Parts: sequence; C-alpha cells; structure tokens
Amino acid sequence: MTVTTDSSTPRIKPLQKIVVLGATSGIALEVQRQLAQQECELLLVARSPQRLAALQSDLLARGAKHVLTCAANLASIPHHAGIFDFVRRSFPDFDTVLLAYGTMHDQKDSEDSVDALLDELNVNFVSASALLTLFAADLEQRRTGCLAAITSVAGDRGRRSNYVYGSAKGALSLFLQGLRSRLHLAGVRVITIKPGPVQTPMTDHLPNAARFADPEQVARDIVRALERRSPDVLYTPRIWRYVMAAVEHIPEGIFKRLSF
Amino acid sequence: MPGQSAATRRKQPAAPQPTERILSWGRYPKTAHHQVHKPAWNDQVPEILNAAVLGSLLPYGLGRSYGDSCLNAGRELIDCRRLNRILGFDESTGMLSCESGVSLSDILDVFLPRGWFLPVTPGTRFVTVGGAIANDVHGKNHHGAGTFGAHVREIGLHRSNDGLVICNSKENPDMLRATIGGLGLTGVIAWADIQLKRVRGPWIDVESIPFQSLKSFLDLSRGSDGRFEYTVAWLDCFAGRNTRGIFFRGNHSAYSGKIIRSKRGPKLPFALPGWLLNRYTSKAFNTAYYRAHAARRRSAVPCDSFFYPLDSIRQWNLLYGKNGFLQYQCVIPESNFEAFEELLDRIAHSGMGSFLGVLKQFGSAPPAGMLSFPRPGLTLALDFAMRGERTLQLLRSLDQIVLESGGALYPAKDARMSPALFEASFPQWRSFVPFIDPKMSSSFWRRVTEAQ
Repeated sequence: MTVTTDSSTPRIKPLQKIVVLGATSGIALEVQRQLAQQECELLLVARSPQRLAALQSDLLARGAKHVLTCAANLASIPHHAGIFDFVRRSFPDFDTVLLAYGTMHDQKDSEDSVDALLDELNVNFVSASALLTLFAADLEQRRTGCLAAITSVAGDRGRRSNYVYGSAKGALSLFLQGLRSRLHLAGVRVITIKPGPVQTPMTDHLPNAARFADPEQVARDIVRALERRSPDVLYTPRIWRYVMAAVEHIPEGIFKRLSF
Repeated sequence: MPGQSAATRRKQPAAPQPTERILSWGRYPKTAHHQVHKPAWNDQVPEILNAAVLGSLLPYGLGRSYGDSCLNAGRELIDCRRLNRILGFDESTGMLSCESGVSLSDILDVFLPRGWFLPVTPGTRFVTVGGAIANDVHGKNHHGAGTFGAHVREIGLHRSNDGLVICNSKENPDMLRATIGGLGLTGVIAWADIQLKRVRGPWIDVESIPFQSLKSFLDLSRGSDGRFEYTVAWLDCFAGRNTRGIFFRGNHSAYSGKIIRSKRGPKLPFALPGWLLNRYTSKAFNTAYYRAHAARRRSAVPCDSFFYPLDSIRQWNLLYGKNGFLQYQCVIPESNFEAFEELLDRIAHSGMGSFLGVLKQFGSAPPAGMLSFPRPGLTLALDFAMRGERTLQLLRSLDQIVLESGGALYPAKDARMSPALFEASFPQWRSFVPFIDPKMSSSFWRRVTEAQ
C-alpha cells in the first residue's frame, strides 16, 4: 500500500503456479482475476463443474497461461486424498496454495441444532486443516512455496452474534500459526489472511452489506501478500489490524455485555 | 464450492428485508426496492425467476440509465454485475462470448491491447453488455455501424416460463429483436455473442471544427459520414437560434503507441450543492469550451478521452446536487429543421440547460430491435438539473415540439415522458408486449403504458 512497505519487502519471485481451493468463492474470484492478468498458471478446485468451466474460459481470456480445474466437494474429507492426488499428478510443481472456501451460516441455526454447529465447524475448520495438512507435507518435503488460507477477523474474538463461525475461523488461525512455525524450518511460508466483512455472496444477507469492503481491494492485498516476504498475518482492509487490536483489549467483563 | 452455495441456499434471517435504495444515474426519481437479488452464477437465475411473483422483477446492470427504465420501485431487481465472465473469444474472427454482467470497460481492458474494439460504444464504458443490449445503445458511429444490437449474433435468455432460450437469426429471431432495446423486460440475458472490431491501436485521429449554424452542422455531418467512422458535435445550449458548436470527427489512428491509463481517476465524493451549476456557471463553461475549440484542429488522442471524457471523473452525476438531474434526448426528423431550431430556442430562453449538449445525425440503418430508439434524424442530448416543477414544465414544453415534429424520446434517458409521447415515439409497442416475460416489469414500463 505505501511505498515504504513496497521497498522494504521486495518480491521474492513472481507467482507462477497457484492452487486455489474453493475457486468459486467471492474473494477467490477476484484473486484469480488478478493472478490471470499476471499470466499465472492456475489449478482451480470447486464443487460445480459448470461454474469451473465458466471460470476457466474467463481466466484464460484474461491472460492466465494455463488453467486446470478439479470438480470436487472440498468439505468432504474422504475426497481430500483424491483431490491432492489430482493436484500432484497434474500440477506437480505448484508453488502456492490458497485455501479460500468457507461457509457463514446463521448463528441461530447452530444454537438450535448440534448438526448445524458441527457442519459449520467441519467445513471451516476440520476439513480446511485436514486439506492443508496434505499440502503442507508436500511443500515441506520440497522445501519451497507458500501456503495461504482465508480465515476471518471474526476469529480474533468470540462475539455473541457470530461465535460459531468465529471459533471455527479462530481455530484455523491457530492451526496456521503453528503450521507456520513448523514450515518455517523448511523455508515454506504460511500466510493467515484475515479479511473484515467483504461484499460477497456469503455476506449479502447481513445488514449493512453495502458498506463492506470491495472484494477487488481485498484481492489486491492478498495477491500482494502472496508475492512478498511479509506479512505472516494479513489483515485486509488494513484498518482491521487496528480495529482488532483495540477489540482484543476490551476487558472481558465489558465485552460480554456488548451485543455485536 | 460449499461455502457460497450453502450460504445462498440457507434461509434469510427472519427480520424484514431492508428496503434497498437503488438510484439510476440521474438520481431522479428517488426509489426504494423491496429486494435486490445478486446471482453470482447463471445457474442461480432460474431459482430467482421461479420464486418471484408476476411482474416483480427487472434485471439491473451498472445503473447508467438516467431515468427509471432500470428501476422497479417497490419491487425487486436482479443485479447482474456478478455475472461477469468471458466465456470465449475467437482470435481469428473477433467473436466474443460473455455473460451479461461483463462491462464494456472490461472488454476494452482485455481486448483493446490485442487490437479489438467495441463495434459500437456509448459515451461511457461503465455499462454492462446486458444493459447495452437492453437499451440498444448507439454511439458516434451510428451512421456507419448502426446500434450495439446490430452486432449481437446470439443471446441466451433466462425466461421464467420457458427456461433458457437461445436466440439468433435462425432460432427465435423475434425474441432476439424484442430483447434488443427491450429494456430488460423480456428476461435475464445469460450470455451474448458480440462481434468485436479490428483496430490498429488505442488512438483516434480527431479533427474538431467549429460551426455557427445548424445548417453548417448538417453540411459538415453529411460531408463527413463517408470518410469518418465517428462524428458528433458539442452544442452551446445557451446560444439558441444563433447556433454554435464544435463538430468532432475521427477515425481509428494508425499510430499504435502505448497508452498509460490510470486505473482510478478522481471521484466526486458527495453531491455538490445544487446551486453550483447555475445558468451563469454553465454559460461561462460553454463560452470557454467554445473558445478553447474555436480553431480548427487535428490531433491523435487516446480513445478514452475521445469516447469517454466524463468517465475520467467517477460519479460525475453528483455534480448536479442531491436532487439529481434529468437528461433529455430526443430525435427529430431532418425535414423538421424548424422544429429543431425552436427546441434550441426554447432551451436557450429557459436558461436551464447545462454544458453537455450533444448533437448527432443518425444514420439510416434499419433498427436492430423492436423498440430501438435511433432513427433517421437529428438527435440532441442535454442535461437539466432537477429543480422541481420548473424543470418538468420546461421539458413538457419540449415534449410538445418533439411530438408535433414526429420525433421521439429515448427511454434510457427518460424519467417523465407521458404515455402519449411514448405512444408517438414507439407506436409499435403493443406488438412488443407478447414478448415480455410475465415476471418482469419496470418503473418506466408501468409509467408509460399506464399498466399495473
């Protein structure tokens, strides 16, 4: 964003081969477009073959050098081995993995139903950490690359209105923190991406959705973080770093009384 | 992807839907919508159509229509901006296939560097392909290329009653003609195939020539049509019968130097005070503009500054203050020269015009759509700040001249024409009605047809 950041954290090398897990999510769509303009090669994983086909032609037209697709249900852990296998066979020297899928359901559902609660935790934390484990081992062995996952500022503190989603994302952030330390020894980068609320299909139903961040801006921050040596934890838009720093310092005795 | 579709499938929170305020480019009328659907994929559109009640929906793009043709007050909109994928491009023929929410700006960003340009472009690049088709937009090359719709080879159309309908010159040709200029009422365009045009580069060789009478404008226009792809004129709307203006004519340039376009220009952050653009400031601007171009001149300019001068200031519509503005675009047959002069006189005397008077002589290409606006004659487009009844009254008096001269008004720019004037402008509109999707309606349509 500022010139000083740019000069102090030079590019390691341009991005080349990127695997996107959850390629049809609102934020991933924008990230992929920007990567396509940089003539990257992409492997897109998402559930719907029709949507993947539309995405593939779009990204190729916009400059992507090569676009592979893999239609699979990422939330289903038994499918992970097959997904990982496909990636390793068809895209063996990928250098970046971006995990971008997730759900945000109505918190009330999980208060009333344990099934709904488990769904939310399974998709956002259990399946995500399971899948990242496979990719982490591969990159660790090759001693190269970058692993990035989109969590949320909602994971920084449990709130009355959104703590189930928040706890799943918070757990994923912790998982990434530990993974970062482990992969650091092998020279593999791990980036935790914490967006504030963004205008995507996932958040359309929330009040004030029109005031949420522009996904294009968020994607710009993400692409820049992928290209550079820092940061380890990306807050986007940047203001959220300061907002969350303040929120984390509100004493619990007061925080529990807040209704947001 | 599990996240997104699960989230959209899930039930909306029990709270009543917020009333969504969506305005058109003129920021008049002020409307609120019951709900705005935002499909991200074409496979989500049928679901929205199925769930809707009759006459409740209207597709919406980038909201650059000036009046209420893109609005559906008190009902629902389908915001198509997320349907913005390029589905294919044939480098040898220039045939582009894309979803309806792709903007013309997007097309230029991707294809102009490769030597392809829009076959027809309106005065802003911030419209969607769907919107360009639904309004059958025209540009400075109307005399040679016709309207945008003339370059649409095929569309896929989501209809509430018969699913996805393919329309081209062989299959459902009438539905294609109805959808071109059909104001979004025939359904939601899923994708369109558009013929792009080969150009040598992103520059335009422009010549600007001052003129001092309507007659000399016509001579210039007629004399240029054969040799210049693009012609348009700027008109000083304060001059009245002593017409003066600047005639611009241009061709794609052989010069192929690179253009560095800054991604984001300045932006008007909020509505300026309404009194800022008054007759004195506007008059002063017009005089200054005329003087600046008073000498005949040739130069090569980037296509952005030739086609889209106003796009360089984002949200320029806020210039007119919080009450918004009305654009008046009419076409008058050339045989009714006096009517045109009377129109200019009336505007000059009112002192209410502003600085964006645009004059163009339409060509004689047959209309591409059933309700296409362009037809042989002189077209004038002009902005009027909304100052209440005073403004409406002036426009009604202009309507009278247009009506008597056998002219027409452009729905994409209109927020107030009477049903009688609509009838006179589009006497064929009743034969369009059977093509309307029963779930679609718009503020404009209800107003001009006096329907529910």
